[in-house]
Amino acid sequence: MKTTCSLMAILAGTTFMATGALAQELNALVWCDHTDDALIKPFEEKFGVTVNLKEYEGTGAALSLIEQSQPGDWDVLVIDGIDVPRAVSAGILAPLPTESLPYDTLFPELVMAENHVIDGQTYAISEKFGYNTISFNSSAVAADALADMTALWGAAPGSLAVYDYYLPVMGLVAMGLGLNTADLGMDDLPAIEAALMKLKDNASSVGEVVASQTAIATGEVDILVGGGEWVTAGLVSEIPELDWIIPDQGAVRWSQSIGVFADSSQPDLAVEFVKHVLSPEGQAALATSSCYWAMPANAAAGDVMTAEQKRALRWDDQAAYLAKAQLYPAPDADLDAAMQDVWTRFLAR
Amino acid sequence: MIRAASIETRDRRRALALAAPALAWTAAFFALPFAVMATASLWRRTDTGFDRRPSLENYADFWSQSAYVEAAVNSVEITLAVTCLSVLLAYPLAWIIAVELPERYRRIALALAVIPFWTSYVVRSYAWSLVLAKKGVLNGWLAAWGLGALDLANSRAATVIGFTHFFTMLLVLTIYASLVQLPRNLRLAAADLGASRFQTFRFVVLPLTLPGVAVGAFLTFALCIGDYVTPQILGGGNDLALPQLVMLQISRRADLPMAAALSVILMVLVTLAYLAMARWMRPR
Repeated sequence: MKTTCSLMAILAGTTFMATGALAQELNALVWCDHTDDALIKPFEEKFGVTVNLKEYEGTGAALSLIEQSQPGDWDVLVIDGIDVPRAVSAGILAPLPTESLPYDTLFPELVMAENHVIDGQTYAISEKFGYNTISFNSSAVAADALADMTALWGAAPGSLAVYDYYLPVMGLVAMGLGLNTADLGMDDLPAIEAALMKLKDNASSVGEVVASQTAIATGEVDILVGGGEWVTAGLVSEIPELDWIIPDQGAVRWSQSIGVFADSSQPDLAVEFVKHVLSPEGQAALATSSCYWAMPANAAAGDVMTAEQKRALRWDDQAAYLAKAQLYPAPDADLDAAMQDVWTRFLAR
Repeated sequence: MIRAASIETRDRRRALALAAPALAWTAAFFALPFAVMATASLWRRTDTGFDRRPSLENYADFWSQSAYVEAAVNSVEITLAVTCLSVLLAYPLAWIIAVELPERYRRIALALAVIPFWTSYVVRSYAWSLVLAKKGVLNGWLAAWGLGALDLANSRAATVIGFTHFFTMLLVLTIYASLVQLPRNLRLAAADLGASRFQTFRFVVLPLTLPGVAVGAFLTFALCIGDYVTPQILGGGNDLALPQLVMLQISRRADLPMAAALSVILMVLVTLAYLAMARWMRPR
């Protein structure tokens, strides 16, 4: 009897501790650049909570994870800026309290009301952005040779790698063909596919983030199509010859957004996390993440970033770059499926 | 007569009871998940979720897209090449360990054969990518010897090399197990009867060790054709294989029914390989 009572006491204690611990946790579905202690620890210490991070790559993977989860499992979502309307229509995101977010210091192009504001409610805010463009090894290729993107169609065999993400690369190729990413339609796909196949014929590899970085960092290739500061900025101190360029035709601008789950069990804490990530300190840590570097959406981060960090991200050139850049293509379901079919043929070639 | 029948019934029940845990395990962790996957393969992905009305559209889509069929063909070609190469390399190695090597060195040799299994699959694949890279270890050696560089990185050849390295060692173990069970007297008797070393191997050793070869070859086929990591890392996105296509459906399209259909096709290919092996091994 005594043993039973002791066991029950231990079980009760364990349950209490577990419940207590659960109440102290925030669960975020994020990209790999959110996992550094420099970003997460200050929030955990300030609020006395544990932030559980689940990394994913690609909105499709996130939607699969969310579909398989129970309501309340997740509190914060980091998502591709162009996919915010998709997440809102699926009922995933909750409106944000805009008054407590730093819109006054956000780069104006990153407000992106057309993506973040639906029926008058703001569901997400930009946190980081950059460009899918051309990274290159300046000791092997001159920047001038890449100023015209169409030069890539005839690059030396084996000299380039392609980043394995269909939306930015197809958008970039479309810009090379003189098309606007916002206006892409089914009729444009044959020309884009033909140009892609020319790229593939000269490509040594088609890889995801790590494989792309490895390919150009190890000298396996001299050019990375779809690369940008997110590939080179973090490596430039070790490999100064790594560089990137926005061709005359422009580049595709990517941006990631952050929002709070509609069924979060602790929405106030989740909003605090969003505010932390958007703070100048949070933005500086996010911009220089060990996974990849890129520009912070909040220009106030410039006050806490070092001159060297800003130089690597080309802080002072952003106005010109933003003017030349176009957003990712935002296809409807049918066009998206057709684009993915093209990309599958590209991979299979 | 009645007593004999009751003993038979009792024995059958006991056999069933003994097999029950294995049957339950197979039902819970193979049959049931497979049934769920096969059912899901008949659904369709829609903008808002799944259309659960059964249809064969995913399978029709597979056949209508040349890239999908090509991925399946790539998978079979790579797997057959790896299986054949692994058998050809593993048999002599297993023979040396089991027959030629003094008994005291066998354990060391077997331990060396098993060492590749100690490292992670992903790490091993990345290690091979560094060896085969344009400016990698292999081309460094070739350059040191005044030879031209090989363009093996990010290719089917790289995938086959990475796979073969792993599966040769797996096959060494299964073939070694067959070879050490073979009584030495059989080879001596064949030699006494005038058989040459080749004839002894061809007509005595090989037929008796074929079950070990077949089991290892089938394991190689099943593991190789379903592997995602090696083609992804070593193939450099230049040779789309069926598991990569499955991953594309999940991570890019969130199209779980199509991923399930492709997985069923993968399963059918493995089943066909098993049936071919079983037919080949059937006593004539």
